[in-house]
Amino acid sequence: MTLHTPSTAAELAAIVADARATRSPLAISGGGTRAGLGRPVQAAASLSTTKLTGITLYEPAELVIAARAGTPLAQVVETLAQRGQRLPFEPMDHRGLFGTAGEPTVGGVAAANVSGPARINLGAARDSMIGLKFVNGRGEDIKTGGRVMKNVTGLDLTKTLAGSHGTLAVFHEVCFKVSPLAEREATLVIEGLSDALAIEALSAALGSPFEPTAAAHLPAFDGARARTLLRIEGFGPMITYRTGELAKLLKRFGALETLGEAESGPLWQAVRDAAFVAAGTDPVWRISVAPSKGAAVGTKLAALGGRYFYDWGGGLIWAAVPASGDASAAAIHALAKAAGGHATLVRAPDAVRLSVDVFDPPAAPLMTLQRKLKASFDPDGILNPGHMYAGL
Amino acid sequence: MTIAFPEPQAAVLAKRDAIIAGLQAIVPGEGVITALDERRAFETDALTSYRRVPMVVVLPETTEQVSAILKLCNREGVPVVARGAGTSLAGGAIPQEDAVVLGIAKMNRVLETNFADRTMRVQSGITNLAISGEVAHEGFFYAPDPSSQLACTIAGNVAMNSGGAHCLKYGVTANNILGLKLVTIEGEIVEIGGAALDSPGYDLIGLMVGSEGQLGVVTEVTVRILRQAEGARPVLFGFDEIGQAGRTVADIIGAGIIPVAIEYMDREAIAICEAFAHAGYPLDVEAMLIIEVEGSEAEMEAMLARIVEIARAHQVKVIKESKSAIETAAIWKGRKSAFGATGRVADYICMDGTIPTGRLPEVLAGIDRIVKGYGLRVANVFHAGDGNLHPLVMFNVNDPAEQVKAEHAGEDILRLCVEVGGCLTGEHGVGIEKRDLMREQFSDTDLLQQTRIKSALDPQWLLNPAKVFPLDAPKEAASSTPAKAAA
Repeated sequence: MTLHTPSTAAELAAIVADARATRSPLAISGGGTRAGLGRPVQAAASLSTTKLTGITLYEPAELVIAARAGTPLAQVVETLAQRGQRLPFEPMDHRGLFGTAGEPTVGGVAAANVSGPARINLGAARDSMIGLKFVNGRGEDIKTGGRVMKNVTGLDLTKTLAGSHGTLAVFHEVCFKVSPLAEREATLVIEGLSDALAIEALSAALGSPFEPTAAAHLPAFDGARARTLLRIEGFGPMITYRTGELAKLLKRFGALETLGEAESGPLWQAVRDAAFVAAGTDPVWRISVAPSKGAAVGTKLAALGGRYFYDWGGGLIWAAVPASGDASAAAIHALAKAAGGHATLVRAPDAVRLSVDVFDPPAAPLMTLQRKLKASFDPDGILNPGHMYAGL
Repeated sequence: MTIAFPEPQAAVLAKRDAIIAGLQAIVPGEGVITALDERRAFETDALTSYRRVPMVVVLPETTEQVSAILKLCNREGVPVVARGAGTSLAGGAIPQEDAVVLGIAKMNRVLETNFADRTMRVQSGITNLAISGEVAHEGFFYAPDPSSQLACTIAGNVAMNSGGAHCLKYGVTANNILGLKLVTIEGEIVEIGGAALDSPGYDLIGLMVGSEGQLGVVTEVTVRILRQAEGARPVLFGFDEIGQAGRTVADIIGAGIIPVAIEYMDREAIAICEAFAHAGYPLDVEAMLIIEVEGSEAEMEAMLARIVEIARAHQVKVIKESKSAIETAAIWKGRKSAFGATGRVADYICMDGTIPTGRLPEVLAGIDRIVKGYGLRVANVFHAGDGNLHPLVMFNVNDPAEQVKAEHAGEDILRLCVEVGGCLTGEHGVGIEKRDLMREQFSDTDLLQQTRIKSALDPQWLLNPAKVFPLDAPKEAASSTPAKAAA
């Protein structure tokens, strides 16, 4: 198997152009930490962005950073932290779920649109992505967006390509809008709530003026009591004030306990990385619904024997389900659809991910648009063929 | 008058009667407008120096009617210009003589409000302000707030990815839309996303938002609604030098403070707005910032104390904190009426470039140089937190030579924005206005990827033609070869 590791955009473009000329599909990767995501790609050659590295622009006073796609995410995070800043979307790290080694890269974060708990307040990865340089399936080097946070010049291909999992283009540089690091954080905990009550409490908090930056619920499991979690960030007095106000607002749900920095940070990292369902090798699903539909989904997951928890105020459900032929795909796609949402099979053996729908297949008219989009970027299906949908 | 329109197609005009009959069969009664004097109401938008009377106007009331209209236009090869309230400053809704204007203003109902999920589903002809109005009694609002929010529709906001003063904190339209119901040129009704925070497959919401009516007609929108902060308070800062204002903005953001808005006005803009709104703006400064913070009383006090300290470090001359709701309203009235107030003083074109904020002083000096070079005047109003400039280039509309000069000055200003790393438009869109400047920002290869998407979704280029892309932009049919089947 050939492995291409271009170190310049021109080399990258030449490799893709060559692959197109010979109709030889490429499996695209960054640091390989999310290799288990999507349908397995069957290609004779692979292309890794790991040699396309380096931060190319950082202007703290303009809240903007750009890096080449193979740059380790950790380098960006550390560079930002030195100036009191961060990526607002709190990118999820899949290494725990997949048991992968290696380094998550900037390009991987963009291609998978991985967002963490802060998504409810500060937006998804795609919301922070303001510019992109990429090579399409024709081997053309293209730029879209730029380095300013407001830009409506032409079609917004940056957002279009966010979360396209390397099936439309290979990114070689990504520009992000960043935000200040919070001075302090604290987490409020209510214990012992049912899923339905917990989501009601989270919705009340998220509909308040006190701006929680994360809202999750960990149902009771293995003898541990259920915990409903809200994160408050800001400067010191603000945290004290908002904590007090939220305690009053949520009084009817029970007493609030406050966790300080030392406990709050690791707890949200565990939520971000779906650590509560990562143990073992059972299939893991990610289900996205309107928060008010979350508890009903949880009930059905429990009936399937699944272990699950809620992020995004109840709108994102992570579930590990007992291994079975189709990883419960039929049942879980159906229950997500019934709740007006969609489900993604995040972890399962290759054979299972090849035989079931990993991503929820969109309705026919929407699928038609997706095919047209794919053809406009990658007419010969060179890039990660079949990675999101069979035949696409 | 420097922007060219394509010649109307004689073959389309020859079918006018049949097309009107077809539209009347879809939308009965007064929903089809054919009389010349009534069509004139649709001949331009807020880029009023350009106008073309459309062939016919249709005002559907349902998505199904929109679908039937688009099927008809697609079959007959008739251009379609979708129109919200017609507030586009970039000529995004200006029709052609051979086009059907499809106005969605009658589709303005709220379909569903869900406070627990913090979402609202609305028909796309509803105004931006009406969305917030619908949920204000529960303390909620829809965040993106273009200055035209009283009139502009959410459909237009989606088309242009509109922003506004408060987008520094809350993001632009694209960050606040969860779902769309869209009709393709083939008349296919497509639902994208919904009440969940993400949707499967490619990010077609990201593609559609800001696509300026090039890819489909949006008939329903699911928006995020947010709870209002407990309080909000603006403060005015006046400076003797542009650089002091610029460095104040940089240091506030560098210090980790993101106010909900940072607006900038220069001496000329202050004078114009003060004369109109009597907001108490200082008239003896070169630059003014309006900085708004949100939160509880104590939170606002604490944040403002830090901001004032930073402004003092940069020799701020005037500090005027709002003490009441009336003062707050006056301060914002002054800023939000900048375009209208300038219109009372002179005709003007409002440019909309963005720049990296660090280049602000040199860009403002450059704008001054450019405009003076054409013998004209300029007032600068903009969103300083995100570098979105709005130079208002003033001219006399009765002097055609002066209008051409103003347009050239505007183009030079946008070139300067791109040159320093910014872009042609931050919130108004490309429309016809900046169409021919697209090559300043994009190579032909960059443009070709965009036009291939256009060709894929609208093969005959019927949707809002002659907008966004230069008339001679590279076009090629999207590949009809299906992507190779995967294993």
